[in-house]
Amino acid sequence: MRIPILKLYDCLLVSIQWELDDATALQFQEDLLHKIHETSANGVVIDITSIDFIDSFIAKVLGDVVSMSKLMGAKVVITGIQPAVAITLIELGIVLDDVLTALDLEKGLEKLQQELGD
Amino acid sequence: MEFQSCVKIINEWDIVAARQLGRNVAKELGFGTVDQARITTAISELARNIYLYAGQGRVCIEKLFENGKSGLLIVASDEGPGIPDVRKVMEDGFSTSGGLGAGLPGVKRLMDEFDLDTNVGKGTEIRATKWLR
Repeated sequence: MRIPILKLYDCLLVSIQWELDDATALQFQEDLLHKIHETSANGVVIDITSIDFIDSFIAKVLGDVVSMSKLMGAKVVITGIQPAVAITLIELGIVLDDVLTALDLEKGLEKLQQELGD
Repeated sequence: MEFQSCVKIINEWDIVAARQLGRNVAKELGFGTVDQARITTAISELARNIYLYAGQGRVCIEKLFENGKSGLLIVASDEGPGIPDVRKVMEDGFSTSGGLGAGLPGVKRLMDEFDLDTNVGKGTEIRATKWLR
């Protein structure tokens, strides 16, 4: 199943609602980059409120998609990281440097607008 | 009475099946959301190692009841190439697959007990336990 990517003005909105398997995560990476290209979006918010764990593979895919989007000129904010996810990511030894994050979707959109300088 | 349930790891879908099994057992045992996430993540890493390095193997989840304590044991075993330099794979940041290199030291930190048994050319067995507090 593909993750829906919605366009909102010059931004893209993604809400990941179910546990990611490897194939879905990689498909999402590709879909998002195509969508950025198609819509000339400047910013992306990826909300992961419903995700209750992240392993090193999913973390890598998310980190990579942020870097790839940056190469294409779009800024990405990841929102809704749950306490359990934050704890396990750090214990696992994964540092998502250079990734913008915010507590929830609302704060994520605000952060994106600041970053984009509107 | 011992409870054990296993998932064969052959393809990447089996990684999902293994972590779902682990999460369900963790819930049944009464682990909180943070420990559930730790256990699920640990299983995911171990199952992925089997898939990437050994090709196939299995992940078993066992409920433990000892001295009034309950716990969850993950046994990840394969008959793959084994690990030639155990000290090296237990160093943070070491990876041969181009991943994030979180791997085994990360799994050890997520769990309470961690035991690795490997024989080059014969395979690897990793046992990791989380106790209910």
